[in-house]
Amino acid sequence: MNLTQKSRRLDEVAISVFLFAAATLSILTTFGIVGVLIQETWLFFQQVSIVEFLTGTRWTPLFVSKQFGVLPLVLGTFLVAIGAMLVSVPLGLMAAIYLAEYASDRVRAILKPVLEVLAGIPTVVYGYFALTFVTPLLKSVFPETQTFNAASASIVMGVMLLPMVASISEDALAAVPRSLREAAYGLGGTKLEVSTQVVVPAALSGIVAAFVLALSRAVGETMIVAIAAGQQPKITFNPLQSIETMTAYIVQISLGDTPHGTIAYQTIFAVGSLLFVLTLIMNLISYYVTRRFREVYE
Amino acid sequence: MSSTTQTIVAARTFGSEQVSNLRRRHAYGRVFEALGLAAIMIGLLFLVVLLFDVIVDGLPWLRPQLFTEFPSRFAERSGMRSALQGTFWMMLITAAIAFPLGVSAAIYLEEYISRDHWYARIIEINISNLAGVPSIIYGLLGLGLFVRYMGLGRSLLAGALTMALLVLPIIIVAAREALRAVPSSQRQAAYALGATRWQVTRDHVLPSAMSGILTGVILALSRAIGETAPLITIGALTYIAFDLRSPLDIFTVMPIQIFNWISLPQREFSALAAAGIVVLMVVLLTMNSLAIIMRQRMRKQW
Repeated sequence: MNLTQKSRRLDEVAISVFLFAAATLSILTTFGIVGVLIQETWLFFQQVSIVEFLTGTRWTPLFVSKQFGVLPLVLGTFLVAIGAMLVSVPLGLMAAIYLAEYASDRVRAILKPVLEVLAGIPTVVYGYFALTFVTPLLKSVFPETQTFNAASASIVMGVMLLPMVASISEDALAAVPRSLREAAYGLGGTKLEVSTQVVVPAALSGIVAAFVLALSRAVGETMIVAIAAGQQPKITFNPLQSIETMTAYIVQISLGDTPHGTIAYQTIFAVGSLLFVLTLIMNLISYYVTRRFREVYE
Repeated sequence: MSSTTQTIVAARTFGSEQVSNLRRRHAYGRVFEALGLAAIMIGLLFLVVLLFDVIVDGLPWLRPQLFTEFPSRFAERSGMRSALQGTFWMMLITAAIAFPLGVSAAIYLEEYISRDHWYARIIEINISNLAGVPSIIYGLLGLGLFVRYMGLGRSLLAGALTMALLVLPIIIVAAREALRAVPSSQRQAAYALGATRWQVTRDHVLPSAMSGILTGVILALSRAIGETAPLITIGALTYIAFDLRSPLDIFTVMPIQIFNWISLPQREFSALAAAGIVVLMVVLLTMNSLAIIMRQRMRKQW
């Protein structure tokens, strides 16, 4: 083996080592996230009991008498997220059925990309729209609406999630084999009956997975709620009131001048850990639902 | 079968009761179809109203000072010069980090190991999990790892590193798809001429896949350019009244400047935010059009 061949072989090895390292970086990112969250959260739980954190109903880490019950933040988060689901699930599912079953190829080729534009708009823009357009609109219908409220964040977030729900559900509907539709038509079903009683049930696992993913996105969404939903951690089921979500709390603390090592600094990691675990569970459920309950044809 | 033919068949076969029944079922169908179209139209209407609202609010404030002035406590004198610089450099550094790493990872997964290899499967599951992690969590990672542990402070570099980790999964997925689209005959031909694996990849596979990869990179960056939450978490500031000189300077970016203007109580600042949004949306639109053009060029190749 001559010298050039040898150095070429060395180059090959060096390059494949570099490529391997780059691929491994994504795994290190996961470890990094978990590591950073655990480290600061562990320091937090040295001072606050985990039971108090998870079951307490008052969240006042910035007051003189500090209380660390995270429930107001969690319930605020889900108040907004479920509101968003009430918008995005019916609209997204109807849009998906229309695109998959009714629209001609040409109509679909136009409507789908335009709908996708909604998904590409920065969330800070949605926040602006929620605060300056939707909230005044809500106020004119319900005068008791507060300037910062869960409802306007929910509505805007629901529309933001619409393309995601629609596109994943549509993929699931399109994957249902044609023979199933033909069989249902053969039994005398109308298009509506075939769509809703045969195609949708057959694609249900994909559709449910889309809903769960959208819920996970809604829980982790930050800027819309930070701008429009307020900074008042309280337990309420009235969407016209100001609340605070987990993500909005992290933003609130990050904007202030919170020194490293204080309990307030550690709270954002504790809240972040909870957020991470909640979204991870939902993502895993979505993954599991797709895998486990997928109707396999052929 | 069209609904009329179905009705005629039913009329020949059954009595009038079945016919009216069938008519009703088809009527339900038409209502349902209208509702489906309405759902999409609600989304589109929302989009139109949003764009219209932002443009109407922001247009009076779209003036040269918006680009040349630093932020100020007086709306008339405020601009987003520092935010534009921050966004520009942040995107450049993010791309410089995430592009080579993302493409390398994709090359390893597509060209160096088989898709069924256990390591490829682990990385695939990991990447799809990372894609579901809320972006604010990446901010906490950046705060703990880059700002504190590596001591980079609240600098542009810390922000760009955080953004690079955030877009890495998107780039890897797009680059893998682009690499997969290159026909294996190209690889076989190069191997037959005695090329090594890296020579095949560098000289044949990568050039063919490049426009697809770049499309993915542009889309990933257009996601990053609008990201606000992770940068707020690592502590990007909103009031920066000097030009960026080094990657270790503190910084701000367009969406953070917009967020800051939204949260100020005076009406003028809200309009200024709308003007900033218009600029941000124009940048995004340009990037997305670029991506679409590149995607079409790629289609022509095969």
